[in-house]
Amino acid sequence: MRLNQSLMPTAEAVYKLIQELNKLPGIGPKSAQRLAYHLLRTPEEQTKLLADAILLVKQKTKLCSVCFNITDSDPCLICCSDQRDHSKICIVEQPQDIVALEHTKTYNGRYHVLHGAISPTEGVGADDIRIKELMKRLQGGSISEVILATNPNLEGEQTAMYLNKLISPLGIRVTRLARGLPFGTELEYADDVTLTRAIEGRQEF
Amino acid sequence: MSKPRNYQTEAIIIKKIKLGEADRILTLYTPHLGKIQAVAKGVRRPRSKLAGHLELLTHSLVSLARGRNIDTIIGSQTINSFLPLKSDLQLSSYALYATELVNQFTAENIENYPLFELLLETMHRLCQGDDNELVLRYFELHLLDKVGYRPQLQQCVSCRLPLKATTNSFCPSAGGMLCPICSQSQPLTYPLSVNAQKVLQLLQNSDYNTVSRLKINPELSHQLEMVMRNYLRYLLEREIKSTAWLDTLREQTRRAAFSQIALL
Repeated sequence: MRLNQSLMPTAEAVYKLIQELNKLPGIGPKSAQRLAYHLLRTPEEQTKLLADAILLVKQKTKLCSVCFNITDSDPCLICCSDQRDHSKICIVEQPQDIVALEHTKTYNGRYHVLHGAISPTEGVGADDIRIKELMKRLQGGSISEVILATNPNLEGEQTAMYLNKLISPLGIRVTRLARGLPFGTELEYADDVTLTRAIEGRQEF
Repeated sequence: MSKPRNYQTEAIIIKKIKLGEADRILTLYTPHLGKIQAVAKGVRRPRSKLAGHLELLTHSLVSLARGRNIDTIIGSQTINSFLPLKSDLQLSSYALYATELVNQFTAENIENYPLFELLLETMHRLCQGDDNELVLRYFELHLLDKVGYRPQLQQCVSCRLPLKATTNSFCPSAGGMLCPICSQSQPLTYPLSVNAQKVLQLLQNSDYNTVSRLKINPELSHQLEMVMRNYLRYLLEREIKSTAWLDTLREQTRRAAFSQIALL
């Protein structure tokens, strides 16, 4: 829905703010209005913090030249660290995926962010995501394992299968995150694909 | 009497777009409601009970609740998950190409049962490991038939005379074949060998069982693909996005085969 100022009995500054908030993903005109009036009521120091944070995120962050994660120092902390296993690369679709994986504290290698997944019907091909950069990283011969951690949906699977085709001829071990039943759910609601994979990937207890 | 609040339908999921935090808008192709859009709530969360039943290229029984603007999916049960399609890069790409064509050639809420049947059969055929290119050409020609763009392959569309057994040309803007004389006045035509014409006619007029016995060499197969692609592109007035990906895959397979030969 487009906002029309003539229908809005409010100050122009407020209208402008509503319009900008409305552009954010998941924020409709009503939510935008609610947020705008909330900001109007909060103390100025508080709103200044928000405004500065927004500006800072644009000015201070860049993509790591090695793994393409979002970072404020290049190369990023993970790529620089000596504590990390430099022979493993975990491939993810989005920077947010690294946050989720790091939260588990079980992986100690490095990452590579593709910034997307192959989606033929959306016109996203292999050249539109950072596959070339990945292949360049793998050329040194110091990498022994690549972990494909793309999303377990059709686009992620396609990306993983394509990468496997490219990487396995190089003699590097290619692994895929296990696909099975999520914790805290019930078996009866599981779909065929998940169950099939869960049975295939069962392990010794 | 007003329509019931909830309803149930079979559907093939042909497109999905993200919505908000964890939702998706899905495009479903159904047997009796044609193409519909519906919201699937929470399907991007790992614990979603619906997500696996609403993935692309899945044939499901879907329950929906009517909404003011868009209906909401309240339940879904997989009928066929087409696992062989999803675990093969080439096959899933072919199937996505088929769903893209269905999406592009249809308008919402128009029933087309034969088209639903064709799409479902095509997905089954891709799973069976038949000649995939042939499956797609059969799909394309019969899709055009079912949406009202059946090309004229038996006679010249200009002079209406039956075609002779010689190299005639296919003309996308005329919607069919032109004899050598008529094609001189048309700028954009694609010459087709006698064999290519025969195969196209057979694909258009026979059932799939007859067609599946055909053996086609790669060169002819490529010729048929290009003429169909040009016609489809002309009708849609835009690129078919997934063809670029099909070309990438083919190029990669060719290169891989080449490097294997070099190794030997």
